[in-house]
Amino acid sequence: MMRAYQDKNNVQKKPYYTDRFWVAPQIPKDDVESDEVFASDVKALKENFEIGEAYIQRGQLVVYINAKNNVKVLKFVKEKLQYNILSEHSAIDWLAKRGEFEIFYQLLSTCKKKRMRIKCFIKEKETLKSVTSIYKSADWAEREMYDMFGVIISGHHYMKRLLMPDDWFDYPLRKTYPLQGDEAAQWYEIDKIFGKEYRDVIGPEQRDSARIDPSDTHNFAHIKHEVPFGAKPSDKEVFTDYQEEGGVTIIRKLKKEDAKILKGRP
Amino acid sequence: MAQHKINYLQEGGLPVALTTVDKLVQWGRSNSLWPLTYGLACCAIEMMATGASRYDFDRFGTIFRASPRQADVLIIAGTLTKKHSPFMRRLYDQMPEPKWVISMGSCANTGGMFNTYATVQGADRIIPVDIYLPGCAPRPETLQYALMLLQKKIRTESASKKLKPKRLV
Repeated sequence: MMRAYQDKNNVQKKPYYTDRFWVAPQIPKDDVESDEVFASDVKALKENFEIGEAYIQRGQLVVYINAKNNVKVLKFVKEKLQYNILSEHSAIDWLAKRGEFEIFYQLLSTCKKKRMRIKCFIKEKETLKSVTSIYKSADWAEREMYDMFGVIISGHHYMKRLLMPDDWFDYPLRKTYPLQGDEAAQWYEIDKIFGKEYRDVIGPEQRDSARIDPSDTHNFAHIKHEVPFGAKPSDKEVFTDYQEEGGVTIIRKLKKEDAKILKGRP
Repeated sequence: MAQHKINYLQEGGLPVALTTVDKLVQWGRSNSLWPLTYGLACCAIEMMATGASRYDFDRFGTIFRASPRQADVLIIAGTLTKKHSPFMRRLYDQMPEPKWVISMGSCANTGGMFNTYATVQGADRIIPVDIYLPGCAPRPETLQYALMLLQKKIRTESASKKLKPKRLV
């Protein structure tokens, strides 16, 4: 059985924690001063830029910056603080709660053996400057972020959707996007291949994969009651064998009595 | 009488076997089904195993072809995403008639476990399917059985008539 359908359009407007799932406790935050390397990193950052909150979580430094300075900060972090690898870069959808996206850059320093996460917030229609000139790995990450969240990046050399088709409507990883797709998504292949007028012929998607309708002879056949395409359903039980009784030219039909069944592996 | 000559008296009069053109043509077609080398996801691994030496598709006269122009069976082996569906349809359109389609595995049949926005919910929404093959993924024996069922279906069809809308199992 499938779960009963519930309208999820306004799911974000409801109270956020409805106890539907277990809510994990927050990971404890440590003071920056507890780690020498991170303390000097944060000090260097504070001298040059406007820095928000900074703390250590699970041995990794988290620093909040102003989204407008992202290129400058990352350039400084790479060149002066030696965080040479951008291992992950994406967005978190907080549109319902605070009307913003949280952008994070997960960095790794192979010489210091430390990881740092730089975070910032941008509004929905705000543009974020591309960091591909500093970290090459940001190229696809930024494209995916645009593809999945609709975060607009300026200064990227090839701003195109990464995973979804170019003519896809809306951004699938936003929390407001329905899991089974909006109308454009549900009819995407029909509209593209046959045209919109074909929607009536093919009909809406059948989302219940466990559905069996014995009277429907246009899709699956009722097993052991197979009839030709579109014919009337029959109650007569038939066994669909792979070959006609008499056998076919050249090919012999295997009879069960003739088969040799081994008791165990030889 | 020279030994290499046929003894007409002994062979029932004439060196002929009687059959209909339909049966002859369809016998030929059913024993030389050439599928397209075309895999989409994990089912394709099983399809490759079926074609390889252990299960040996070649003994059915089934040889994978790398061009839709030379193929007459399309095995939809795997998850068909919406992004990929126009290409799948184009390959199907490029295949010459007569052509048959095997939908292999749950994903191609109904979308399977991918009940999401990006997956086509059943490949038969865009391509007419002859045989739906259950399983996730179906074992090579299952694919062979499906092919034998398809051969049986072809033997019962008429060779010359324009193909009707079709379906089996």
